[in-house]
Amino acid sequence: MTPTPGDAATRATDEILADTLHGTARGVVVDSPPGAGKSTLVVRAARELAAAGRRLMIVAQTNAQVDDLVDRLATADPGLPVGRLHSSDPHPYDRVLDRHAAVRKSAKIGDLAELPIVVSTAAKWAWVKDVDPWQHAIVDEAYQMRSDQLLAVGRLFERALFVGDPGQLDPFAIVGSEQWAGLTYDPSTSAVTTLLAHNPGLPQRRLPVSWRLPHSAARLVSDAFYPYTAFRSGTGPGDRRLALTAASDGGAADRVLDIAAETGWGLLELPPQHTPRTDPEAVTAVAGVVRRLLERGAVAHSERSADGGEPVGPDRIAVGTAHRDQAAAIRAALAALGVRGVTVDTANRLQGREFDVTVVLHPLSGRPDATAFHLETGRLCVLTSRHRHACVVVSRAGIPELLDEYPSAEPVRLGVEVKFPDGWEAHQAVLAHLAELRVRM
Amino acid sequence: MSLLTTLARAEAVRAGRAQPVATVRHRHLSGRPLVLVPLTAAGEAAAPLGAMVGTDRDAPVLLTVRQPRDRDLRFGFLARLADVVLPYLESYADDVDTELRKGEELEVCADAPQILVPSVPGVDYVRLLGRSMRFRRTAEEDPDTPFPAPPRVPLLGRWLTHYAERARTPGSSLLLAMTELLGRHWATGQSQLEDQHLGALLAWIRGGDPEEVERGRDASGQLLTPPAGPATDPAFDNRLLAKATARFDAGIPGSGDEIDALLASQLRPTWDAVWEGVTLLRELAPGTRVPDRWTGDRWSYTGHRDRLRAGEPPQPRRDDATTAARKLASRERAQAELAAGEALDDPLVMASRRLAGEAFAGTVTGVEMAMSEGRSPRPRPLVVLETDDEPYLDPGVKAHRVLATGKTQTAEVVETGADADGPGPRTVVLRLTSGMGRGKTPEEGSLPEPGDALCFTLFEHTARSGAKLPDPDDTPWTHGGPPSAAPADGPRPAEAPDPVTAEDFL
Amino acid sequence: MPPRALDARALAALAANPGCRRRALLDGAGVDKARLAEALGSPSAFGQSQFAFARGNSFEASVKADGGAELLRLLCRRLGVEPPAPADVTVPDLSAPGAAGRTARTALELRAAAGRGTWTLLDHPMLSLEVAGAAVYLEPDAVVVDPEGTVTVIEIKSFPILDGSADPSKVGAAARQSAVYVLALGAHRVRERVLLVCPKDFSNIPAADLLDVRPQLSVTRRQLGRLTRLESIAAALPADVTFDVSLPPVELTRSVESVPAAYAPECLAACELAFHCRGRARAAGEVMTLGRAVRGELGRLRTVDAVLDAAADPGPAADPAAAALRRAARLRAEALGVTV
Repeated sequence: MTPTPGDAATRATDEILADTLHGTARGVVVDSPPGAGKSTLVVRAARELAAAGRRLMIVAQTNAQVDDLVDRLATADPGLPVGRLHSSDPHPYDRVLDRHAAVRKSAKIGDLAELPIVVSTAAKWAWVKDVDPWQHAIVDEAYQMRSDQLLAVGRLFERALFVGDPGQLDPFAIVGSEQWAGLTYDPSTSAVTTLLAHNPGLPQRRLPVSWRLPHSAARLVSDAFYPYTAFRSGTGPGDRRLALTAASDGGAADRVLDIAAETGWGLLELPPQHTPRTDPEAVTAVAGVVRRLLERGAVAHSERSADGGEPVGPDRIAVGTAHRDQAAAIRAALAALGVRGVTVDTANRLQGREFDVTVVLHPLSGRPDATAFHLETGRLCVLTSRHRHACVVVSRAGIPELLDEYPSAEPVRLGVEVKFPDGWEAHQAVLAHLAELRVRM
Repeated sequence: MSLLTTLARAEAVRAGRAQPVATVRHRHLSGRPLVLVPLTAAGEAAAPLGAMVGTDRDAPVLLTVRQPRDRDLRFGFLARLADVVLPYLESYADDVDTELRKGEELEVCADAPQILVPSVPGVDYVRLLGRSMRFRRTAEEDPDTPFPAPPRVPLLGRWLTHYAERARTPGSSLLLAMTELLGRHWATGQSQLEDQHLGALLAWIRGGDPEEVERGRDASGQLLTPPAGPATDPAFDNRLLAKATARFDAGIPGSGDEIDALLASQLRPTWDAVWEGVTLLRELAPGTRVPDRWTGDRWSYTGHRDRLRAGEPPQPRRDDATTAARKLASRERAQAELAAGEALDDPLVMASRRLAGEAFAGTVTGVEMAMSEGRSPRPRPLVVLETDDEPYLDPGVKAHRVLATGKTQTAEVVETGADADGPGPRTVVLRLTSGMGRGKTPEEGSLPEPGDALCFTLFEHTARSGAKLPDPDDTPWTHGGPPSAAPADGPRPAEAPDPVTAEDFL
Repeated sequence: MPPRALDARALAALAANPGCRRRALLDGAGVDKARLAEALGSPSAFGQSQFAFARGNSFEASVKADGGAELLRLLCRRLGVEPPAPADVTVPDLSAPGAAGRTARTALELRAAAGRGTWTLLDHPMLSLEVAGAAVYLEPDAVVVDPEGTVTVIEIKSFPILDGSADPSKVGAAARQSAVYVLALGAHRVRERVLLVCPKDFSNIPAADLLDVRPQLSVTRRQLGRLTRLESIAAALPADVTFDVSLPPVELTRSVESVPAAYAPECLAACELAFHCRGRARAAGEVMTLGRAVRGELGRLRTVDAVLDAAADPGPAADPAAAALRRAARLRAEALGVTV
């Protein structure tokens, strides 16, 4: 009999903690698909390491991630002294941390080094010197960390737990790095790639259950973006339900919302047209869907909501785009409609975040051609895996033809592992699914 | 490509002539550059066929290899190349300045040699030549070495390797490709791919028929304008060079001179084209920040000079983890500073950034004095700016501008006009946070006045330097530990030369 | 004119510009595009230096010398297995009359090799692949069958592997070409990694690496699937269209122009007809002649004139591309000190 999602997740977590606390390997790598409880794992591992008396440093990639982690740690264990190592810029950390009495903040490691746990960004850790190495480190979002950043901090710890989502956007460099392609320590590649190339025997574990993605999304996201490392949803069919209180007005936005409420997905398709990145009609369509979602009083029923469900307010909705100018145009369009408080951002900035409903402007919408940027697997993966209930994709028609005509003359570098899935294949898989759930404008 | 460049290319199509995409010159151009036009034999990795080289436009030195597969002829070519290039490279080594760096007086060469090649493949070829020469051993270094290299060939290999590696740093100018230089300053009515043809690119800039230059052939099928190399045209190889080479192999008198003349006919048009490019570029005044970037090149040249003088071994085949990371970090910094510097030096480049929402220019409509809180209040005046640009501004975002003194002043966006999408200018309110001196009143010239035209950027003007990376010998376990055990008291040993076998040459 | 046989390189090149119907139809119909381009007055610039050709041939011969002993040593080292003694390698004679005959002979030897339990080297085997309803014959440099019966495609190239790396665009082309062979060997147990053999550094000594061609396999499968749609392209043509190079250039041009092309500057490196198509695209003022990337911000503006007209129009623009161009023109004029 297959174990329940809860049992499977618990077993995986137990194995990871056993490897981390009692294993002999210097490192443990944990792959975590979207919403699989990565933060929960990090908090738990940190507390257990601290309880075992191991001096622990935690490396995250952005200040927001660091503040979020410290807040979670302090909330979970208010008595646990945690150091927040920050920069000397003005406003270096989120004021929310001031609420926690046991959290000490400083720009100098000397003030914090004796605490059981110290958290900071990779960039800040790189400046730390003249201290004894930590017995243990947790490296969060390790797949988004560049190999050279790990090189800069690797001297600070003896052993480490690396946690991250391999399906999200890869790190990149703003200058060419071809001359190091194929080297195990190519500085522009991800930290995990380098780590595993040099330490092939490290235990690799996986969190097998997404608690965020609904049953309707887990299969598609798993098949399209994690073809060799499948995961499943923590909830079953019908455990999550999105209800729209007000009736449909019969318009395209309402019809696609009805489909999305029922199936978890919807595609609102505009007539084919080549457009620049900020396509006014597509922008209006996205804003219109968001407005109708709010006007119709969406209510989310889930395993963690009260009997009557939770209203889906602006703070539970996100709009995702490929480019900043698209996000800016949609923000302006929403403001013009009087809609406030909805998160509108690019895939890069939505990484790691979670909402009830997302509306996505398809990266290829209106484009005359596909490019490697727009086909990047991680971008589409981020955009289609932020939601707990439903995701509506807005796009110009004609993307399948665009994909068909994509010239594939990719260079191949000796010694560089082939990356799966291919962006082209992932896009096809997602579109094939959405084609059944399409509303034409 | 930015929309501004696309527009310039469209204008070039209509005008039939290239259009400027820069108002100043963004790269250093030496008063005495060395031009190197190499040719390579088809089908082999680094078998030179010939080169035209020198610092005098009217007196190029022609070097040829009459049979590229003959090891002795190849070494002869490389030795003669070293005879021309090394004296040039070394002529800058002893004229030095001192500069203060991190509190230390250090010696830096007052100027540095600059090598110009026709195109990007030319830069790659310099790299390849450097790689093929730097591990060779001379008879003096190793009396037992089979096929010893002529004395100065390994040294030339190390210099060419250094120049080719430096060329990977954005904005550097020790080794430049003429197609890149021209393409940075002019937009043609064709694609960037086609701009790789130096002759066609020049025809767009100074007039002529680019397509005829690119494709035109004479009655015997030979290109009217030979390609800029290092690869030759197959029709040249098959119909002219092959026959001459066969006569040379058969020992027919005069066949060697015939090959020399053939190669000169392929090299000379490119040689002239490179110099023509130099003339065009000299007409542009250098950007304000160009000399600063060239200082970086002078340090790079000096550093290599010092490594040679210290007797260090040749550059390794592949970088170790720390060296690779260090190079990547310094190139990313150079790229950020180049992008900022070009925009600050050139209103046309800034226009691109403004169009992209990364900068905004406007007129000051109001200034209101305010002070910071705290024990020693500092001036934090509010400046109201009206702009036609459409930058991506959220409250709290930092903006930077250059003061008349050349210093950077930073401000924080306080608010923007509400109607972001409406027609007409929008208002931006900024709080100046730096660049006003240490006193309670802003220094002269640091506070704008109503009516002033200002340009703010959302990008910083200098790049922050990153943290220090570990020494190679302290490479952590995550990256495989130290590369190899180095002797405790000395430098890492030199890498072994490439194995040479009788089969190297067919 | 007699149809020109498609080869693996041509099949792999289909992926270079799959949006071009002209190329798909001409390749699918086996038209010799180099001759066609010459007849159209826009000869292609493709050619190979005989020096490169000679060097390539002699390198391949040296790699395969001594019954392929060196080749097997390279393969075995990459696979991490012990190389066989030269005497234990079977090198069957594959000669037979005609391409179909050689293909049958190869198939026979492949089956025999799979059951033999020893190493077999097939030098220049002949494979066939059905493309758009017709058999295309393909000739890889070599294939090796190991004692377990797994077939590995060998691709011998004359560009160097220098300090462990090689020209990525050339390796990419080799991977796409090899993927066609792997596809043609689909009936056998074939490895999805191929052995690429190149000269090492500056020498004539071979070096080898295994290339994972799974991405190229999926691309090629997809493109070959699309070729079956050739009939629908052909059906849309006037009945009298032919590509007979003896036709007067005017008529030939009309025939060629009746099939829509999708010219981009990248075609110059990949298609014999590129100069012809570029000339037409330039004459029509297509913005694509300025590069694939420029179109992204131009929306529905497809010609240089449309772009310049939009930029010069002083009024407000409803089209966002036109609006952006107007701002660009204003900023450009301002920076150049020109008054509009």
